Amino acid sequence: MAFTFAAFCYMLSLVLCAALIFFAIWHIIAFDELRTDFKSPIDQCNPVHALVLPEYSIHSLFCIMFLCAQEWLTLGLNVPLLFYHFWRYFHCPADSSELAYDPPVVMNADTLSYCQKEAWCKLAFYLLSFFYYLYCMIYTLVSS
Amino acid sequence: MQVPSGYGLHHQNYIAPSGHYSQGPGKMTSLPLDTQCGDYYSALYTVPTQNVTPNTVNQQPGAQQLYSRGPPAPHIVGSTLGSFQGAASSASHLHTSASQPYSSFVNHYNSPAMYSASSSVASQGFPSTCGHYAMSTVSNAAYPSVSYPSLPAGDTYGQMFTSQNAPTVRPVKDNSFSGQNTAISHPSPLPPLPSQQHHQQQSLSGYSTLTWSSPGLPSTQDNLIRNHTGSLAVANNNPTITGVDSSSTTSSASPMPNSYDALEGGSYPDMLSSSASSPAPDPAPEPDPASAPAPASAPAPVVPQPSKMAKPFGYGYPTLQPGYQNATAPLISGVQPSNPVYSGFQQYPQYPGVNQLSSSIGGLSLQSSPQPESLRPVNLTQERNILPMTPVWAPVPNLNADLKKLNCSPDSFRCTLTNIPQTQALLNKAKLPLGLLLHPFRDLTQLPVITSNTIVRCRSCRTYINPFVSFIDQRRWKCNLCYRVNDVPEEFMYNPLTRSYGEPHKRPEVQNSTVEFIASSDYMLRPPQPAVYLFVLDVSHNAVEAGYLTILCQSLLENLDKLPGDSRTRIGFMTFDSTIHFYNLQEGLSQPQMLIVSDIDDVFLPTPDSLLVNLYESKELIKDLLNALPNMFTNTRETHSALGPALQAAFKLMSPTGGRVSVFQTQLPSLGAGLLQSREDPNQRSSTKVVQHLGPATDFYKKLALDCSGQQTAVDLFLLSSQYSDLASLACMSKYSAGCIYYYPSFHYTHNPSQAEKLQKDLKRYLTRKIGFEAVMRIRCTKGLSMHTFHGNFFVRSTDLLSLANINPDAGFAVQLSIEESLTDTSLVCFQTALLYTSSKGERRIRVHTLCLPVVSSLADVYAGVDVQAAICLLANMAVDRSVSSSLSDARDALVNAVVDSLSAYGSTVSNLQHSALMAPSSLKLFPLYVLALLKQKAFRTGTSTRLDDRVYAMCQIKSQPLVHLMKMIHPNLYRIDRLTDEGAVHVNDRIVPQPPLQKLSAEKLTREGAFLMDCGSVFYIWVGKGCDNNFIEDVLGYTNFASIPQKMTHLPELDTLSSERARSFITWLRDSRPLSPILHIVKDESPAKAEFFQHLIEDRTEAAFSYYEFLLHVQQQICK
Repeated sequence: MAFTFAAFCYMLSLVLCAALIFFAIWHIIAFDELRTDFKSPIDQCNPVHALVLPEYSIHSLFCIMFLCAQEWLTLGLNVPLLFYHFWRYFHCPADSSELAYDPPVVMNADTLSYCQKEAWCKLAFYLLSFFYYLYCMIYTLVSS
Repeated sequence: MQVPSGYGLHHQNYIAPSGHYSQGPGKMTSLPLDTQCGDYYSALYTVPTQNVTPNTVNQQPGAQQLYSRGPPAPHIVGSTLGSFQGAASSASHLHTSASQPYSSFVNHYNSPAMYSASSSVASQGFPSTCGHYAMSTVSNAAYPSVSYPSLPAGDTYGQMFTSQNAPTVRPVKDNSFSGQNTAISHPSPLPPLPSQQHHQQQSLSGYSTLTWSSPGLPSTQDNLIRNHTGSLAVANNNPTITGVDSSSTTSSASPMPNSYDALEGGSYPDMLSSSASSPAPDPAPEPDPASAPAPASAPAPVVPQPSKMAKPFGYGYPTLQPGYQNATAPLISGVQPSNPVYSGFQQYPQYPGVNQLSSSIGGLSLQSSPQPESLRPVNLTQERNILPMTPVWAPVPNLNADLKKLNCSPDSFRCTLTNIPQTQALLNKAKLPLGLLLHPFRDLTQLPVITSNTIVRCRSCRTYINPFVSFIDQRRWKCNLCYRVNDVPEEFMYNPLTRSYGEPHKRPEVQNSTVEFIASSDYMLRPPQPAVYLFVLDVSHNAVEAGYLTILCQSLLENLDKLPGDSRTRIGFMTFDSTIHFYNLQEGLSQPQMLIVSDIDDVFLPTPDSLLVNLYESKELIKDLLNALPNMFTNTRETHSALGPALQAAFKLMSPTGGRVSVFQTQLPSLGAGLLQSREDPNQRSSTKVVQHLGPATDFYKKLALDCSGQQTAVDLFLLSSQYSDLASLACMSKYSAGCIYYYPSFHYTHNPSQAEKLQKDLKRYLTRKIGFEAVMRIRCTKGLSMHTFHGNFFVRSTDLLSLANINPDAGFAVQLSIEESLTDTSLVCFQTALLYTSSKGERRIRVHTLCLPVVSSLADVYAGVDVQAAICLLANMAVDRSVSSSLSDARDALVNAVVDSLSAYGSTVSNLQHSALMAPSSLKLFPLYVLALLKQKAFRTGTSTRLDDRVYAMCQIKSQPLVHLMKMIHPNLYRIDRLTDEGAVHVNDRIVPQPPLQKLSAEKLTREGAFLMDCGSVFYIWVGKGCDNNFIEDVLGYTNFASIPQKMTHLPELDTLSSERARSFITWLRDSRPLSPILHIVKDESPAKAEFFQHLIEDRTEAAFSYYEFLLHVQQQICK
């Protein structure tokens, strides 16, 4: 039983993962509101934008931490999402401030359903990884 | 019978104040100009009252002269006319007394059984039902009160009915008139609200006395009505298209049971006989509604007649509710399992003469035709003259005759597939795009305007009541989009048309698929805004050099009085170079005051109140400014342009009210926010590989546009540049704020007179055309269908709601559809667009278009109903999106694949055709040609030197032009004009307009001995061959021989010769058919300008692109792969 760096990483990521789950839920609600016509895309996309960058940076932080802690399996699980985030970030309209959610196109049914699916998938991923981190944290604490 | 005393038919101009009427006095006070209203209305609106006729109604003062159009529509003023001989070409309203054989049909649409059937038997051929109709149940189960007194559709409504018919109204007619509406206003039955101002009451009473003078009270009408006798309009010039040119309303007195077939039979002689003689394709309903496709009447105007102008302008409106007619089918004959027409799809080869056959039938009664013309297989590689001689018209949906008549005009509303496939799987199999093409705010000659206290809408989906709903009984109607059963409100029971009670199905809303409602205050978030116009003008050195200011100021001065608006209209001006100049035009100043703001990083408004001023109060100052403006900056040395900050200032200025900002820009913005760099590499102009920079370089303009859109401000861009100005970025300011974009490459007022002339003409149209403010457009469709992508200039607010800060009559939209749930339980689908806007007079109005289409279950039927022009326009829109989001080559591949896929899908359905040939159904035969034309269009061509701005502008046009204009842009029309004859000519306003046949776009058709006119939509070319007859050159062009024709010639002289007259009347006729007056280039065979002309000959081979035949071979190769 030792408090290693890896254990610390898992503890921190556990907390942050909760935040990410909250973000994902927030996204889902936001897109649902758009779909049901409660809000104008302009009003809606601005707060959504505000959450995108924190989410991406938190996730990148995980990956860096796991890299430092040499938790290769965990890192491997997270790398695909990391690349996806990079792709989203650099593959967006002209100014990077807009990020992925562009008010004029977000109401396009295809885009909207894509965004919704993306949010659901992320929620699932973060939830699973939450429990995975919990398990790993206990495992590292107990095993060493 | 409760007849609200306030009901009346009012002059259009009366309605104008109702915007105020509905808003409380409290709100009014918030408007600074409020006090003017009283004076204004009394001044402006008393004038029209003097010449009130119950029918001619103009929205814009001064438009009255325009109103007299070709065939006179009969309008019976008062009911005292003993007999009325309707003009043959227009609606005649039949009134018969009780004993006449055609009397009331009222009793026919009563049995509830009919209704229930109506949803499943949508598309049977109507005509054949005529003969049997009389045998139908007469009992009046559902309508116990047998007689529904129906007045003639005459009186005030006569006019309105004559032109709202879908098939007969052609753009030619429509566009030349700015909206003139027939008003049906029946203000609330309630006593006038206290908030009503006294002048309104005055005008109300004034109008009602005028309109009501002859008929008197409704209760006395019956007597009068009976005196009406009419004659059927017999002359039916164009049966293939209209089917019925006259219809009749009958008087109510006698519900004679046997009357219907006589009634309709009068105008359907052919149909009756054909249905009698050939019972085979009887449109019997089938147990399975899914397989009840319509045998009748394949798209009639496949071979339209050129003489569209001469054909009857209108017909009376059908007298039966469509639902009822559907319902008659079960009574006609037994169940017929399958339809010979369509099941015979595999049997093509057995009908060698099908072409002649169907043409001999003339599209009128295709019931006896074994196979619709649109399905005739065409061997593309062998058919040399694929292009018809006459313009291609939209196919008519395969509905029964009455629904057809009620359906929305294809000019306003078109679907790429006029037969909607039942499932997404079927649609995927057909490999054709499904979508709608809309032109919602089109200038209409006639439009029923309805003022009613309650606008009847479905309670669950909010659909407006429309001709395709079914009335379950007198008190309930079933929504045709969500199938909810709704109550008919009390007010709706009264029919202002007939001034009778209990006929909800005869209300104008239910008789017209295009109507306009005057909306109440429920439809306002704030008091209707005034018309506000702001002009933001580039006055840098470059702009002054180009000299557009002179033209603009001149146009403005000329059209200042014609700017749409009321007494509250406001106008403002801003100019900018490296600084921003505001103009204080406050009333009372001796001359305009210029205020310069040089802090472009943080723009502020120097005097926010006096920059946008009332047009009428400050008219002198505005005129002074406009006179001075062109010369104010002549010696400027400022070359920079701070467009971004100027736009920010404009946004600040406009945001309290909303309105229209017109931006004139002549170069790349080089200062402040939104500055742009040149991105075009001239060496890449003719690259065949990658075309970059089709998307915006910065989000500044998009964000600004979104802000503007939120404040109900539209930004219109006039780009007059000689160099690259990054239209791709600048266009965003108009795209997302529902503005429009005009581009004049290499504009110079003296060096390039044709562009200058174009600007002048465009400005005239731009300044005087109708405009709607703070608009939203919602598109609804039958449950099961869903919209997924929109094309056009707007901001998508919700899945089906487009936010349009401004709407103008030249804006077109496209919508892609998908089928989410299968449509097996319905045989009809409907689409409804509702455009809610504030008119320039400050009224809130809703324009509603409803389109109804049949659902089919077989692939053959889907192909039979393809509207190839609509499909091409939708594909073009999709390709623009693709080229911006992906790449141009991707978009080009997608276009080619669209042809390959659809033709191979067709080939695989027709198994027994020889596979070596490239076959297409007749409805799709132009598809490859149009796609090739698209590939050679400026927007998508590669290999030919195309400036980036030109390309981007072409893309913007594809996105925002309505279908009629877009088609000319994609595939121009070519006519030979040196031998115009009067053969087949049409008469328009006492002029004889020759109708030369269309030529295919190939140099093969050009001869040196001839002269050819090419109509590219916004530009006309006349190509004069070297060996052109000297007579033509002398008589038409006014020069002695070919050599003396100058290189730049843009006008045809007015010569007093027959051939000149013919040529000019033909060109004028073409011009009148579109809002923008195109400029004319006369191109000599030798001149360098001929390249411009030759690039439009899309069937020919160019260095970089296939010829048509090569393209076909390429497609065939791809299919065989």
